[in-house]
Amino acid sequence: MELKRVVVTGLGAITPIGNTVSEYWENAVNGVSGAGPITHFDASLFKTQFACEVKNFDINKIIDRKVARRMDLYCQYAVAVADQAVEDAGFDLEKEDLNKIGVIFGAGIGGITTFEEEVGYYALNKENGPKFNPFFIPKMISDIAAGQISIMYGFHGPNYSTCSACATSTNAIADAFNLIRLGKANAIVSGGSEAAICAAGVGGFNAMNALSTRNDDAQTASRPFSASRDGFVMGEGGGCLILEELEHAKARGAKIYAEVAGMGLSADAYHLTASHPEGLGAKLVMINALEDAQMKPEDIDYINVHGTSTPVGDISEVKAIQSVFGEHAYKLNISSTKSMTGHLLGAAGAIESIAGILAMRDGIIPPTINFTEGDEDPEIDYSLNFTFNKAQKREVNAVLSNTFGFGGHNACVVFKKYID
Amino acid sequence: MSEIASRVKAIIVDKLGVEESEVKTEASFTGDLGADSLDTVELIMEFEKEFNISIPDDQAEKITTVGDAVSYIEENAK
Repeated sequence: MELKRVVVTGLGAITPIGNTVSEYWENAVNGVSGAGPITHFDASLFKTQFACEVKNFDINKIIDRKVARRMDLYCQYAVAVADQAVEDAGFDLEKEDLNKIGVIFGAGIGGITTFEEEVGYYALNKENGPKFNPFFIPKMISDIAAGQISIMYGFHGPNYSTCSACATSTNAIADAFNLIRLGKANAIVSGGSEAAICAAGVGGFNAMNALSTRNDDAQTASRPFSASRDGFVMGEGGGCLILEELEHAKARGAKIYAEVAGMGLSADAYHLTASHPEGLGAKLVMINALEDAQMKPEDIDYINVHGTSTPVGDISEVKAIQSVFGEHAYKLNISSTKSMTGHLLGAAGAIESIAGILAMRDGIIPPTINFTEGDEDPEIDYSLNFTFNKAQKREVNAVLSNTFGFGGHNACVVFKKYID
Repeated sequence: MSEIASRVKAIIVDKLGVEESEVKTEASFTGDLGADSLDTVELIMEFEKEFNISIPDDQAEKITTVGDAVSYIEENAK
């Protein structure tokens, strides 16, 4: 059976550095940090008191207040980015076969704020017996965003969420790609969202010593590949990509951003939270993705790395890149846009895929900000081009986007320029 | 309108996203005000919180209109 070709025809983003794709992209290219003091809750007693929060988000501009009230913030981000992407794709929904449009949309955690509120209320009022809101479960569960998006549009195609921590939305894109190339759908709304900047989210990651505690200098705290990096900075938001079967997109005259060339998946099978020190799973996932794309390492011009700014993870990813790409590792551009957006967990793969696609469209690589001379880690080879501090112009024909999740889940997608 | 009735109406306006003018005494939560099964459970919970009462399930099932809610609360709220 011949596999169908799959292209990207719509994008949506709500990020700590912009609530539209164009604002997000402009700020990413300009090296803007989205970090600042936490405003979502009182973090004054927490080890980490800053994060990359979304600013000026107003869900009521997009959906009815009553509908919005039934959604956790993570789900509101999801429907907001889906709304942007569906509009960007320019579907005439009257003419589409809605049974052939699906939604595969994930969250690494889901409605943790809702969980915190409900369980907190119960704990304080135990003597009255269990009083849980009927929307508690449907607001919290991490699959509900995919359901809500389908309800908004009447999309009856394949519908579920992926969940693989920080690899979640890359898994969603990979699954959407696979189902479309198998002919199971004409188009799929894919991506992910997250909203975990709450006491339980920050406190929980703090307990693992996973977050940066550079409270006095929030904007430079996310500093991937610097010796002084001390953990990731929590981000939030959502990213959405409309994946569509090529002939279907052409028939309706859709604008085509890029072609999905391939996807790879793997597991570290090593530790709950630490990545394999030699980047075993990371290596494997990139090899799998290149093989699926039928591309050679030399074909890749830009890697948008997972690069979360944690002491262990950054090193193992660099080792994996050197091992897979050999000499070519020194010729391609590498950058971690998490230096600006923070780590959007389940939404990371989606917004970073968008950055890769737009880097290809515009011929410019967004930087890894916050590196200073003299802050070199002896375990990292700085002959590699990490695109430190300033965007670099370059023709990009193919990009690879890496994501690795707690649990050792690795997911990778490759996009290339669409050529008829 | 009693003080209880106006507090009940405020909750309904907030939770169901309806206009205050629609919240008439005889209006049914599901028939007239667009509530689904989850909304009605939530409304009962909100009444319990607001008026510091406990509404048993067998009583809650009988509260289907704005008027039902107001009279139940007037009888049972202290």
